Amino acid sequence: MSGKDNGYLVGSHLEKMLRAGHFAVTGELGPPQSADPAVIHEKAALLKGYVDAVNITDNQTAIVRMSSIGAGTLVLQDGLEPVIQMTCRDRNRLAIQADLLGAYALGLRNLLCLTGDHQIFGNHPTAKNVYDMDSLQMVQMVTDMRDKAIFQCGDEFKGQTAKFLVGAAAAPFADPTPFRPLRLAKKVKAGANFIQTQLIYDIEAFAAYMEKVRELGLHEKAYILAGVGPLKSPGMAKYMKKNVPGILVPDEVIDRMLEAGKEWAGKKAADLSPEEKKARSKAWQTEGIQVCIDLIKEIQKIEGVAGIHIMAIEWEKAVKPIVEGAGLYPRPEVN
Amino acid sequence: MIIGEQKPLDEIQGLLEDAEKVLVVGCGTCVTVCFAGGSREAQILSSSLRMSSKLNGHPQDVSDVTVQRQCEWEYLDEIEKEVAEADIILSLACGIGVQAMAKHFPEKWVVPGLNTTFLGIPVEQGIWEERCAACGDCVLGLTGGICPIARCSKSLLNGPCGGSEDGHCEIDPDIPCAWQLIYDRLTAMGREDNLLELQPPKNWQVSRDGGPRKIIREDLRLISDELES
Repeated sequence: MSGKDNGYLVGSHLEKMLRAGHFAVTGELGPPQSADPAVIHEKAALLKGYVDAVNITDNQTAIVRMSSIGAGTLVLQDGLEPVIQMTCRDRNRLAIQADLLGAYALGLRNLLCLTGDHQIFGNHPTAKNVYDMDSLQMVQMVTDMRDKAIFQCGDEFKGQTAKFLVGAAAAPFADPTPFRPLRLAKKVKAGANFIQTQLIYDIEAFAAYMEKVRELGLHEKAYILAGVGPLKSPGMAKYMKKNVPGILVPDEVIDRMLEAGKEWAGKKAADLSPEEKKARSKAWQTEGIQVCIDLIKEIQKIEGVAGIHIMAIEWEKAVKPIVEGAGLYPRPEVN
Repeated sequence: MIIGEQKPLDEIQGLLEDAEKVLVVGCGTCVTVCFAGGSREAQILSSSLRMSSKLNGHPQDVSDVTVQRQCEWEYLDEIEKEVAEADIILSLACGIGVQAMAKHFPEKWVVPGLNTTFLGIPVEQGIWEERCAACGDCVLGLTGGICPIARCSKSLLNGPCGGSEDGHCEIDPDIPCAWQLIYDRLTAMGREDNLLELQPPKNWQVSRDGGPRKIIREDLRLISDELES
């Protein structure tokens, strides 16, 4: 990565943590389906101090929510550094660039470029999608905005450029799996500075993926953050294994979740009293957090992984015990 | 070819309003081959409309005629007489044919009996799939003859998104992932290197995004603009 001025590409806290070689921790914050800033501030308070930066999702699962730039600006006011997520689904190249000029002017410095979930999954399935560009092309465009001071059309900036630490996503276990490390190589070639992966539950499979990534030397060109997330129930684990593309959940993980709730095994929710339901949820959640901690400890042993990305959407409270339990608290200071 | 699908009967009835004399016009080309708007479909629909209008208490005089191609003026001249006698024209052509009818017979109200769905192929008897989005800048030479614009749900140019699983697209298990197909084909043909090249943002100006498109071939024109003026 080329050094500039102070040696940093943008000098964000996340970049400094990664450059200093600290095992980075990023989190995720889902904005509300409302215009209420209080929700953002509450969630930010749960994450502040426990993550180095927090991803702000962009109409996640194609459901209309407060914009990532708007919510990210609120988070920044709380002293927590945001990573703005930007999808290709809702904006063409004009809108993406215009929004990023605004985002930079508002003080935002980290960006994650995504293709975006198809709108058919969301709450406006009859909407027209955009997909003017794909996520790789967006990575290249925003890298050129920063490093060449040009817009996608080739026009030069007149005045302040918009500089972001550029991130991209990776789905190590989506099909066709042999192509996945090569697709990551394309994203790095396009300019990605950091990578956040889809949720990892299968350490063996992830280690094999990282071996390919190291063979390609990608871990030396971009910081790779492994995606992790706490499970809430055995049902959630089974659902993800069966229904979510690119997520592998080994049987051992499902068994651990089942074991945690064995006291209530074979009982349907309707058969349980509210107290019993609460106790079962608590037992599952405690184990879900512990599984997550154990995964992080395994991930830390894999060469080339620069940090973790904790996805605990709508369960931001889980981040504190996960980070503490994994021995990653307090977060190191960087200047 | 162009694939179409007949609109629901009650929608068609709504479009016909209370016209007394209805002419159903079939088209003998694409929509005949996809069993949506040919001579056979025009006859069946006509009799359905006759029956249903009778049941509704407002019997309509419905006749039908089919031309070789509704999208060419010369074939439309052939049905001038039938059109003149009708109050309303129900075209069973694709959207192009409907517009050609409306243009050619400006004094007539022309309504569509089909939804024009896509440019595609009958992959087997009774099943049609989309193949081309008419984007104006063909990329099939890069992708082994499998179109990512028409067949990838997100029209991606640089490989599959994270929603590709077991060969199908995340939006529907019945839709194959175009990039899995492209990957398999390029790998089988020893052309995997095509997958590694960064494809720049597409020029959508030559697609519909650049406005309605038009092609002028001076070499084929009978009268050029210059001679005309």
